[in-house]
Amino acid sequence: MPHILVVDDSSSMREMVTYTLKSAGHSVKSAPDGAEALKIAGDDAEDFDLVITDINMPVMDGITLIKELRNLKRYTYRPILVLSTESSAETKTAGKTAGATGWIVKPFDPDQLLGVVGKVLPH
Amino acid sequence: MSMEEFHQIFFEEADELIEAMESELLEMVFDADNPDRINNVFRAAHSIKGGSATFGFSEIAETTHVMETLMNCVRDGEIKVTRDLIDLLLSSVDCVKDMLGSAKAGQPADADRAGETKTSLEAFLQAASGDAGDASTGTAEAADPEPAPQDAAPEQPAAAEPVTQPADTGALPVALREYVIDFHPALELFKTGNDPLHILRALRDLGELEVEVDADSLPALEAFEPDNLYLSWKLRLQTESDPDVVLEAFDWVEDVCSIDLQEIEHRDAACDPEPETVAQAPVAPAAESAAGAEAAAPESVARAPARSERKAPPTEPTSIRVGIDKIDMLINLVGELVITQSMLGEMGENIETCDLEKLREGFLQLERHTRELQENVMKIRMVPISNVFNRMPRMVHDLTAKLGKKLDLVMRGEHTELDKTVMERIGDPLVHLVRNAVDHGIETPDVRLAAGKPERGTLELCAYHANGDVVIEIHDDGAGINRDRVLEKARAKGLVAPEHTPSDQEIHQLIFHPGFSTAEAVSDVSGRGVGMDVVKQNILELGGHVDIASEAGRGSTFTIRLPLTLAIVDGQLLRVGGQVYIIPLVSILESIQLQEANLRSIADRSQLYRIRGEYVPVVALTELFNIPVPDTGRTRDQLLVLVESGQGKIGLLVDDLLAQQQVVIKSLESNYRPVAGVSGATILGDGRVALILDIPGLLRMARRQGDFDTAGTLRVSGPRAA
Repeated sequence: MPHILVVDDSSSMREMVTYTLKSAGHSVKSAPDGAEALKIAGDDAEDFDLVITDINMPVMDGITLIKELRNLKRYTYRPILVLSTESSAETKTAGKTAGATGWIVKPFDPDQLLGVVGKVLPH
Repeated sequence: MSMEEFHQIFFEEADELIEAMESELLEMVFDADNPDRINNVFRAAHSIKGGSATFGFSEIAETTHVMETLMNCVRDGEIKVTRDLIDLLLSSVDCVKDMLGSAKAGQPADADRAGETKTSLEAFLQAASGDAGDASTGTAEAADPEPAPQDAAPEQPAAAEPVTQPADTGALPVALREYVIDFHPALELFKTGNDPLHILRALRDLGELEVEVDADSLPALEAFEPDNLYLSWKLRLQTESDPDVVLEAFDWVEDVCSIDLQEIEHRDAACDPEPETVAQAPVAPAAESAAGAEAAAPESVARAPARSERKAPPTEPTSIRVGIDKIDMLINLVGELVITQSMLGEMGENIETCDLEKLREGFLQLERHTRELQENVMKIRMVPISNVFNRMPRMVHDLTAKLGKKLDLVMRGEHTELDKTVMERIGDPLVHLVRNAVDHGIETPDVRLAAGKPERGTLELCAYHANGDVVIEIHDDGAGINRDRVLEKARAKGLVAPEHTPSDQEIHQLIFHPGFSTAEAVSDVSGRGVGMDVVKQNILELGGHVDIASEAGRGSTFTIRLPLTLAIVDGQLLRVGGQVYIIPLVSILESIQLQEANLRSIADRSQLYRIRGEYVPVVALTELFNIPVPDTGRTRDQLLVLVESGQGKIGLLVDDLLAQQQVVIKSLESNYRPVAGVSGATILGDGRVALILDIPGLLRMARRQGDFDTAGTLRVSGPRAA
C-alpha cells in the first residue's frame, strides 16, 4: 500500500487530501508545515512513496521542504508533488528548481488529485 | 465523509483565518510595517482563497484573491500600509465574513456587496500601482502575482477547457491523429522524482502507443552512473487528442528534456485538413474525456454535485474542534478503566476466594477512573473564551473611532475554557457589556484630562476559573455609575419606593431593569434602554449571575459568573410529599421557615408571602404537580424556598431540604416530551428519577395561575443567601 505524506497548513485542505487518498487505498500521514513534515519524514519507521506539499506555509515553506527532502538519502528520487494555488510560471520554476516532481494546482477535485497521484506512484 | 463535512472544516478554518486577519489588521494600525503581520494577513487571504476555490465558493475566492494580490504588493513594498488600506481591508474582512455566513447557511452570497468590495479593492490596487509609476499597465491584472482562480482553471494540468465544452459536440465523429515524438530526457531526470515510465504510461492512456528505445548513449559499465538516465525514446502515438493534450504528459519535465512532437498527415486528410492547428479543439471533447485523460474528466463531473450541495437546506453546524491531547487523555483513561474492569472481572470469577481488601480497592479505582473519565469527557466540550474575546478589538476599534474616544483594550485569560454552548450564548451579552462600557463608561479625552485622568482610557477583559465557575470581568476606568442619577430615575419610574434607601449593590442592579437607561442622549451605539435586562436574563438562563462594582469617577467592574458546563448542575434536592425534586442551587436566594401569619391569600387560590416588606408569589409544588399530601396541616413545618429568575422571584413551598449535589441533566424533551415547569431529569444515587425544576417556567406558570400584581416582584432583590 503506497504511503503518502501530505503537507499543508490549511486543515480543510489537509483533511480533504488525506481523506481522498485514504479512500483510494493509500496510507497517509499529514503535517501542517515543512518543519513538521521533515521531522516525520526523518523517522526511519516512515517510508513515504510520495510527498505532497503546499508551498506557502508558516515555519518552513514548501520550497525549503523539497530542498531538505532531496538532501535526505531516502527521498532523493522519490516523487514530490507541489500542491498550490500558485500557478504562475515563477512558482512552478521555483518548485522544479528545488526538485519537485510535478504539481497539482488548486482548486482541484478528488478525482483530479488521484489522477495526478496515480501518475507518479510506482505501479 | 461527505463534501459537506469538508465544508464544515473549511468554514471553521476560514473563520479562524478571517479573525486572525482582522486582529492583525487592527494591530497594524500601531505597527504598520511589521513584516510578520503583513505576511500573516497575506497568508490568511491566500489560504481562504485556496480553500474557497477548492470547495466551490467562487465569490469568496474572488474577493480574497484581490485581497491577496493587494497584500502581495504590500509585502513587496509596492504599496504602503496606510489607515485607508487597513480600513479597506477591514471592510473586505466584513464582506468575506458575511459571504462565509451565507455559504454556511447554504444561501448565495450578496453578489452586489461582493462586487463592490472587489471593485474598491481593485481600484485601490490600481491607484496604488499608478502611484508607483506604472500607470499605463497599472491594472489589477498587471499587479497580479498569479491569475484569479477562475482564470486558473485552464492552466490545470488536465486542461479543463475541452471538458467544459457542450457535451453534444462530442457526437461528431472524431478523427484519429498520429504523432511522432522524439523524447530525450535529461540525464538527471530521476533526481526530480520523475520517471519516464510514468510519462509513457500517460501517453499510452491517450491511445495506441508504439515505443522504441534508444540505448546508444549507455556508457561502459565502469562509467555508468546509476542515478543518471541514459535512454531516449522514439514514440509513435495514435490518439484522438490534440497536440496540447499529448504534450501535457511532458508537462513536468519539458524544461529539462528535449521533446520534439510531429503530427503525421493523417490518411483521411479531408476530415482534418490542418492537423497542426491547435485551434481545432472543439472537435475533440467527448473523445478526450472518454479516452481517459485521467485528470480531465472529473473537472465538470465532480463540480456539479458540489454546487448543488450548497443549495441544500442549511444544516446546524454540530462539529467541535478538540485538541489531540484531550482525545489522548480519554484513550488513556479508557485504557485504565479496561484494566480495572478486567481486574474486577477476575475477582468476580473467583468471588469465594478473593481478597475483600483488594476488591474494595478495585471499586475505589473504578470510581476514580469513572470520575476522571467524566471530567475529561466534559472537557471535550470546553473551548477557549478567546473565541468571544477576539470579537472585541475590532468592535472597540470601530466604536472609539465613532465616539472620538481613546482607549486601550487589555485582554487576559483568553485561554480560559468553558462549555461550547455557554460560550456561544455568552458572546452577545459580553459584546453588549463591552459596548456599554465604551459608550457610557469611558469618557471623552477632554473630560478625562479635565478629571486629571490619563487621556486614554483602559478597558480590561479578563477571564479565569474560580470555584468551578468561569468568571469574566469587564473593567473600565471610566466615570463609573452615577448613583444619584440612577436612584433619581428609578424613583421617577416608581421602581424604588420613596422611603426606601437602597444599597449600592441594589442601585447597580437597577440598570439591568427593563426599560432603564440614564444616558443623556440616546446614541446608536447603546443606551436605548434595551439590552441590559436582556444581558442579565441571558446570564441567568445560563445559570450564571452578574455583579457590578462601581465607584463614581473611578470606573466600573462587571463580574459575570458562569457554570463551566450546562450538562451538570449544582442542585438542591427538595422533598415534596413523597417525591424528590431538584432546583439549581444558583437560583436559590434563601430558604425560610414558613410563618403562617405572613401568608396572604388573594382571590381563591393564589397566595403571596410577605417578607421584609416585599410580597412574593407562592407556589405550592404539591398543588402544581398534584402530589398527594398527608392530612397533617399543610403549612405546618413547611419551608419556603425563595428562588429568582430573570423575571422576578417566587417562593416554593417544600416539605424539606435534602442534600446538595451535582446532578447530570438528562433531557426530558428528547426522552419523553416537554413538561411545563420542568427543565430536565436526573437519576439519583439510589436509581430513582428526580425532576429538575425550571424556575423561569414556574414563574410564568405562577403568574398565569394567579395573575399576580407584579409590582411586588419588581423590587430590588435582597442580599443573596444561597
